[in-house]
Amino acid sequence: MATLALEGQPASESPTWRRFREAFRRHPTAIAGAVVLLAMAGMAAFAPWLGTVDPESVAPALRLKHPSAEFWFGTDMLGRDVYSRVLYGARVSLTIGIAVAIASTALGLAIGLVTGYLRWLDAVIMRIMDGLMSIPPVLLAIALMALTKASMQNVIIAITVAEMPRVVRLVRSLVLTLREEPYVEAAIAAGTTLPRILLRHILPNTMAPLLVQATYVCASAMITEAILSFIGAGTPPNIPSWGNIMAEGRSLFQIAGYLVIFPGICLSLTVLSVNLLGDGMRDALDPRLARRM
Amino acid sequence: MLAYVIRRLFSTIIVMAVVALVVFSLLYFTPGDPAAILAGDAATDDDIRRIREKLGLNEPFFVRFGGWVWALLHGDLGTSIFTNLPVTHLIGQRVEPTASLTLLTLVLAVAVAVPLGVVAAARAGSWLDRAVMAFSVLGFSVPVFVLAYILILVFSIDLEWLPVQGYRSIHEDFWDWLRHLILPSIALGTVYIALIARITRASMLDVLAQDYIRTAQAKGLAPPAVLIGHALKNAGVPIVTIIGIGIALLIGGAVVTETVFAIPGIGRLTVDAILRRDYPIIQGVILIFSAAYVLVNLLVDLSYMFFDPRIRY
Repeated sequence: MATLALEGQPASESPTWRRFREAFRRHPTAIAGAVVLLAMAGMAAFAPWLGTVDPESVAPALRLKHPSAEFWFGTDMLGRDVYSRVLYGARVSLTIGIAVAIASTALGLAIGLVTGYLRWLDAVIMRIMDGLMSIPPVLLAIALMALTKASMQNVIIAITVAEMPRVVRLVRSLVLTLREEPYVEAAIAAGTTLPRILLRHILPNTMAPLLVQATYVCASAMITEAILSFIGAGTPPNIPSWGNIMAEGRSLFQIAGYLVIFPGICLSLTVLSVNLLGDGMRDALDPRLARRM
Repeated sequence: MLAYVIRRLFSTIIVMAVVALVVFSLLYFTPGDPAAILAGDAATDDDIRRIREKLGLNEPFFVRFGGWVWALLHGDLGTSIFTNLPVTHLIGQRVEPTASLTLLTLVLAVAVAVPLGVVAAARAGSWLDRAVMAFSVLGFSVPVFVLAYILILVFSIDLEWLPVQGYRSIHEDFWDWLRHLILPSIALGTVYIALIARITRASMLDVLAQDYIRTAQAKGLAPPAVLIGHALKNAGVPIVTIIGIGIALLIGGAVVTETVFAIPGIGRLTVDAILRRDYPIIQGVILIFSAAYVLVNLLVDLSYMFFDPRIRY
């Protein structure tokens, strides 16, 4: 059936997409990742309709109730329902992960494209990127958060600044290879303008590796957000993010471990599924690497 | 060779200068009034003025930067806003726990990860290989503090084998020092092990496909001798590279690990500084950690000459 359907496709289907589909069939883990991720996204999107209550409503009489039929994930020290908080927390983590992935990829792409092509700018920008990359990403984000007001927007900006230099590096190395390709030389010889070369001939060929990189950035951004929130330099405490819930449960860990364990499991599971998806895409797009990694 | 070493030293200095410039200029480029943010919500105008004065935010950028770099070159990282103590002094007090934790983790991680990667590559496709790869993906995905809490729950609270939290100086009692660092090292090292094992495996697979490996096998060398003496040494460059780059993960993770296990190190100092918005301390910590990172990677670069004698710059 499947082969018949494949043969029925128009012959013009790009080899990239065909490779994509084949590899996904061969990589059930990537499919599992995609399914779990979709489930998490669904949880985040439909949180109000999944048996949750207001994640901020406090009930001092019901504080620190262990997980039960009534409170699936228990309640915290203010009597807030942890299940509801974890579900709403999915919104924060996923939003930040995706926003950072998009922002750092877009910025990294723009800077990488230009520096890969303009030698004089390259020297200056790459020294700055080397410097930025020498600061451990978590610390750079901490410094930025210490200097700005805690808000989701600032968390996104701080993590983007910390993640972006690696994307620039990747795009630049791709551009340096691509610019030597005969078709780029041909375009130059034909008198094509620089912006057109970059956009029409170079940009499309950076897309596949960039997509893979973006998934890894997304995974790493979600972990960084949790770390920042956990040590008190991240999302403001009035927004329930997974890191925040764990940070609040920290001091009570020995008597109410579930405060840390439930959001921790959700975070790990989400990051795992993003990583599996990324690995699947990388294998699909680079068959040579697939064997090795 | 000497010329290469000198050139690498020179570029290291440039990178450190850029790091200093970045860390310093963050104070100027962040939107809003950093002095007001650092002072906190309850601050009076007087407090804000005092902090602005102290950080020199009133002076022109380059005057201030020049003075700051000059002090830096004399080993002066400024003074803490909160305690008024020199930052170098505050960091100096905290070096031992952090150095203990990160070095122990580094040794542990390399000792575990490289053999794992080698065995996985030697038995590529086997269940062992798959187990190592599965562990590697998991290691990347479980954040250090989640793993830390699971370890505490199992080994400290449930089984009561190891202390839940705290730190003991190595000078006081070596075994107690080690006992307190076992769980933190495992929690901190797992992502690092995952990274190194993965790259070791990939690099080994590359080398094992080479002709000279077949020759070594054909002349009857014992498999371990081929694997270690011929393959691993030639697979060394990517492995030491990732060990160097991975130090960044180790440093970022140490901040969190120290918080979870109540280890009084530089990470704990940083977290306290964040709560008090004590920017000079954060600045100092970043500089010290980045310098350590850059130096390790300089050593890594120089080690290439050992692993691949063809590299003659």
